[in-house]
Amino acid sequence: MAEMWINMGPQHPMTHGLWNLRVKVDGETIVDAQPEIGYLHRGIEKLCEGKSYPQIIPLADRLCYGSSLTWSHLYCMAVEDLMRVEVPERAEYIRVLTIEMQRIVSHLMWLAAYAGDLGLAAGFVYTMRDREVFLDLFQSLTGARITYNFPRIGGVAHDLPPNFERDSLRALSYFEGRLKEYEDMFEGSKIFMMRNVDVGILRKEDAINLGVTGPTLRASGVTYDLRKDVPYSVYEEMDFDVATHKDCDCYARYRVRMDEMWESCKIMRQALQKMPKGKWRIVAPRNAPVGTGLARVEDPRGEGVIYVVGDGSERPYRVKIRSPIFVTVSAAPKMLIGYKLADVVAIMGGLDMCIGETDR
Amino acid sequence: MNLFEFCYGIIHWLVDLVNHLWYWLGDLLPWWFGDFFDAVGDFAASQGHLSVMTILLEVVVVVVIALINVLNFLWIFRKFMARMFDFYGPYYVGYRIGGWLQNLADGIKLFVKEIIVPAKADKMGYLLAPVIFVGSSILILATIPFSVDFGVSTNKSGDYVPAGALFALAAFAIAPFSILLAGWASNNKYTLIGGMRSAAQMMSYEIPLLMTVASVFLLAGSFGFVDIVNAQHDMWFGIPLFIGFIVFLVCLAAEVEIIPFDLPEAEAELVEGWTTEYGGMRFGLFYMTTTVRSYAGGALATALFLGGWQGPSLIPDEIWFLIKAYIVFVVFQWMTWSLPRVRVDQILGLGWKRLLPLAIINLMIAVALKSMGWF
Repeated sequence: MAEMWINMGPQHPMTHGLWNLRVKVDGETIVDAQPEIGYLHRGIEKLCEGKSYPQIIPLADRLCYGSSLTWSHLYCMAVEDLMRVEVPERAEYIRVLTIEMQRIVSHLMWLAAYAGDLGLAAGFVYTMRDREVFLDLFQSLTGARITYNFPRIGGVAHDLPPNFERDSLRALSYFEGRLKEYEDMFEGSKIFMMRNVDVGILRKEDAINLGVTGPTLRASGVTYDLRKDVPYSVYEEMDFDVATHKDCDCYARYRVRMDEMWESCKIMRQALQKMPKGKWRIVAPRNAPVGTGLARVEDPRGEGVIYVVGDGSERPYRVKIRSPIFVTVSAAPKMLIGYKLADVVAIMGGLDMCIGETDR
Repeated sequence: MNLFEFCYGIIHWLVDLVNHLWYWLGDLLPWWFGDFFDAVGDFAASQGHLSVMTILLEVVVVVVIALINVLNFLWIFRKFMARMFDFYGPYYVGYRIGGWLQNLADGIKLFVKEIIVPAKADKMGYLLAPVIFVGSSILILATIPFSVDFGVSTNKSGDYVPAGALFALAAFAIAPFSILLAGWASNNKYTLIGGMRSAAQMMSYEIPLLMTVASVFLLAGSFGFVDIVNAQHDMWFGIPLFIGFIVFLVCLAAEVEIIPFDLPEAEAELVEGWTTEYGGMRFGLFYMTTTVRSYAGGALATALFLGGWQGPSLIPDEIWFLIKAYIVFVVFQWMTWSLPRVRVDQILGLGWKRLLPLAIINLMIAVALKSMGWF
């Protein structure tokens, strides 16, 4: 068969969002690939310039539908850096608790989409079902299920609701049992291993040169996690391991994310245990001083950075968002070339694409 | 009384009734008309005409049975999937019978949709492919008897087609060509790749499939379903030919394109594969026919390996046959919902490197059993 270009996207089951992957195939083998993004560009960075600082928090939620709380937390951290606001300790613990919960929710959605991509319908339904447990917790905490609008500049919106600690511990013990079950279900399946092992190799040097971060980088054997290397919030107090894997393939990425879910469970338990009493929010000034604020967090998908420039008014002069997937998707051709067309879903699914933050 | 005699009786009665009126009408008219009327009436009562009409009636019976089975199967498919996945499945449409009418509702909905032919499609091939696919799949059912008496391929004296099993397998193997045709004619890259995958896949599973079936033919000493099932009176072939049965089931899963092997319509990478460009009732026909093929696969596995209609005579033979075919279908669905999809090079490797040697071993076992005189 002659070589031909195939547009996988913008409307395609593989894309999980709105982007286009052009692949050139020779029969079934991929010889070239070009990711094209920009279909979901909403101009969020520009929109931020017309809104006051607290009004941007719900907008930051909309950056990623998979892990919205991480992004509003990141935005609040950047503005706190700009305003030199000290956050109460209880608020920091609540934030760590919720963003780790968000990480589990995000990884579960990734696992569901990944299983669906590989044709494993049971994996899709079971993981989505258990994601509900944490969404219910979020609902009791914030009133919303996807976009929470929960962090505030100088703290969080509410204190924990009654019995939240008990419910969280119950959810965690339920979820840890389920996680074991998933590992058995996925790794016990010979076909799943056939589809994942030695597929989509991204070498350590390539990953570093391309600027890939997050689980994809850690799956290439690099121990780099902002929670450990540049600790923010109260991650210094937490005892957890950075999940890495040295196989560089799709299975390594799967394994890293599964390990991260175990670590997130550990962190949530510690945060619940160490949670101090006290205020959960302080009133932040309305206007920011002239200057800049920067925050970096370990998003479920990689390193997220927000850079805010204040000009003394109640609105930011400029907000710059660094999205992890925007960088990671540029590594797609490196991973895709030489594999089969059916591997596209495994490789791109393994990156956990989120177009909301990529196109902004 | 077998199915042929039953249908023959109905046709005979109908022709008699009509002829009665016809001759009476002819008597009212002048003699030259009367002669014409007599000639037509004699033709209608002739043996050849009655046989042809009987066969046509049998075809209707087979198609109706196939469609009822399809409705049942789709319902089982949805309910079983729902129970595996913690939800209810079809519920509201016909809820006193467990949502059984949902499939009819879906069918009506597909019927009223617009039929769209892509502008640059090869129209002839595009329109012909569903005909071949549906026709060849229903043809399989025509050869598989439910019991000694309930088979289409029997004549008045109870003889059956001597090579019915061969014919069924041949009809089974036509579908990949229509898939290739549909994929090419739709003029779409996804459908093209889907069609090519179907052809490549057929290369890998068809040979082990036929090798295992050959072992059954060897033990039974016949190509006909009735002889094969009767030969399993003492022991089902699935027990001595256990390896062959497993190979047969795996190949059958590839033949009916269910999930570990549904590469031609791999929805994750090829949107919907070769059915991408088909909409409305054409898609409905493809969907329905896939289920017909699952049912035919279950029926083949039942007849060749699970003793066909043999069973304690508490319930009729036909029901035994259907129960076994349904169990095979449910096992297929179970496999579908709990396994990921394999890759196209992996299924080729599986077919040639694993299944073919196993099929040859199975054939050797069959030869050994036959030469020992145990069957």
